[in-house]
Amino acid sequence: MAGLLLRRAGGIAVTLLVTSFLVFGSVHLAPGDPASFLLGGRSASPAAVAAIKEQYHLNDPFLVQYAKWIGGVVTGDFGKSAQFRQDVAGLVMARLPTTLWLIGYAALLIVIGGLAFGAVAALRRGVVDRLVLVGTGIATATPSFVAAIGLISLFSVQLGWFPAFGNGSGLGDRVHHLTLPAAALALTFVGLLARVTRTAMLEELGREHVEVARSRGVPGSDVVRRHVLRNALGPISTVTGTVVAGLLVATSIVETAFGLSGVGQLLVSSVTVKDFPVVQAVSLLVVLAFVTANLVVDLLHPLIDPRLTRPKGGTA
Amino acid sequence: MTAPLLDVENLTVRLAQGRAARPVLHGVSLHVAQGEAVGLVGESGSGKSVTCRAALGLLPEGAAATGALRLDGDDVLTMSPARLRELRRQDVSMVFQDPRASINPLRRIGDFVTEGMRAGGVPRKDALRRAAELLESVGIREPRAALRRYPHEFSGGMLQRVMIAGALAGEPRLLLADEPTTALDVTTQAEVISILTRLQAERGMGMLFVTHDLELAAAICDRIYVMYAGRIVESQTAEGLFGRPRHPYTTGLLAATPRLESDRAPRGVPGRPLSLAEAPDGCAFAARCAHALPRCGEGEPAPRDIEGAQVACLRAEELIHD
Ligand SMILES: Nc1ncnc2c1ncn2[C@@H]1O[C@H](COP(=O)(O)OP(=O)(O)OP(=O)(O)O)[C@@H](O)[C@H]1O
Ligand SMILES: [Mg+2]
Repeated sequence: MAGLLLRRAGGIAVTLLVTSFLVFGSVHLAPGDPASFLLGGRSASPAAVAAIKEQYHLNDPFLVQYAKWIGGVVTGDFGKSAQFRQDVAGLVMARLPTTLWLIGYAALLIVIGGLAFGAVAALRRGVVDRLVLVGTGIATATPSFVAAIGLISLFSVQLGWFPAFGNGSGLGDRVHHLTLPAAALALTFVGLLARVTRTAMLEELGREHVEVARSRGVPGSDVVRRHVLRNALGPISTVTGTVVAGLLVATSIVETAFGLSGVGQLLVSSVTVKDFPVVQAVSLLVVLAFVTANLVVDLLHPLIDPRLTRPKGGTA
Repeated sequence: MTAPLLDVENLTVRLAQGRAARPVLHGVSLHVAQGEAVGLVGESGSGKSVTCRAALGLLPEGAAATGALRLDGDDVLTMSPARLRELRRQDVSMVFQDPRASINPLRRIGDFVTEGMRAGGVPRKDALRRAAELLESVGIREPRAALRRYPHEFSGGMLQRVMIAGALAGEPRLLLADEPTTALDVTTQAEVISILTRLQAERGMGMLFVTHDLELAAAICDRIYVMYAGRIVESQTAEGLFGRPRHPYTTGLLAATPRLESDRAPRGVPGRPLSLAEAPDGCAFAARCAHALPRCGEGEPAPRDIEGAQVACLRAEELIHD
């Protein structure tokens, strides 16, 4: 187990290194002169341009620039934001709590909603199933900004139940402020997870051991819990992991729509003004999220399916 | 004779799913007494499994059943869901054909064996202790450790023993065995059969043993029912069936059984087995029968008592093969 973890950590380091190179390269290769973007389009004296070029190592060859950047990254120095004239690391860290709260809240809604709707559809074939299919179809197809607009106009403007703007502070206030953003963020993925859950449970419902359990006098709810849902956890956890990692990207739209100062919004504003150091740092963070989610799912799978770790073979 | 443990009377089962509606059992009557081993033999699709499952109150989805199926006088077909669960936990249990598919691969052996007991409210500790005893009684070594293992760590034969242990957990009076050895290799088959028959005798359970192997049925059963296309066509004692098969289908099945002592190659029953839905009016076997007469196609032959055997054939008396 320790060996496995070590190997996985090595794999993650390599993945991060390769993607960091790709991230840096693609930002570097973006059309236009980085110096003029860094100056924000203002006309500047040749001396100022030279100073900027010096600060961001723009005169060095590409590989040297990358080496200098990655050298800083491993020590936690992501450079300075051109837009905010601040350390990128501090900038991101200040916005991370809001984003993590939002993602955590949305993930909770996705898991609860996805499992509930998926299970209901799988167990109540017929009208209920068809309603859920139509509903999840609509949910999956609704872009989060549309959901945001809809939720704001209904629950904020008309009913006045939830604020449409701001982060909030303290637990209760935060949850109050983040309810609509989390719902807007979750909607698409609730639909997705519900469909995955439904399909996985239907497949398990057809298994012989499910009928055998019924034939042994086990009550229906226990059969569903211990045989159907239990055995459907593989695909459910895989999809959940990917979805939760992807939420970090999806937050950019929702944070912008609800005026939340989080990492997603930071990414959007940095991309628009070509604030490269910030874009690079947030991109790495996204990669890290995916890699971590993958790791968690991979570590969970042997717990879900013992056949993945235990030795096979007939005994005694 | 006292009332039999299992008494199936005129059981008819129809699948009723829209266009797929068709009958699968027609007027099946059979009984199993306490402590008696009874065979149910027939080709694939003849309705053996449906009959077996019906005794647990498990019908194919959307199927309708008429007739009666009584366990100690209680009709299983009309039981409430709660009473049915109790029946399945305590009175009747089944050993299924493929243990690999019938035991949840993601849960421990102990979870499987204790599942019924736990559902009946037995505390976890007691259930596990009892499960270890059961595993021991089916010949699994280190039963305590086995409880914590997973199905994929066992061979097919061992897993079928686990299944038998699980079936015995509720101390049932009736054991249904639906081709319990078909999925196993030949050497393990014999072991599993001997465990099954030993425990059946020790515990005085009634057993309904389903197989398409007439010879195997004759070796372990007191009486045998022969099924064809959803009907019972013949029933008599095991010796009687082997010595004097009355129905042409039984004769055909016997000829199709490979014999060790004979160098004559087995002949299959000519023709293809019919399902009840395809069966024409009259005797369902008529199309494959060498002795069929025009009147065989006219009405369904009623079972008749001939010297202790029940036979559903118009020409049973004429065709006795000694
Ligand atoms: N759940 C079900 N849904 C639809 N049809 C079914 C179902 N179960 C059984 N049948 C049909 O009922 C008929 C009898 O099937 P059954 O499984 O009892 O045969 P069997 O005698 O056990 O055959 P085998 O030797 O292959 O196990 C078959 O035609 C089968 O297709
Ligand atoms: Mg069968």
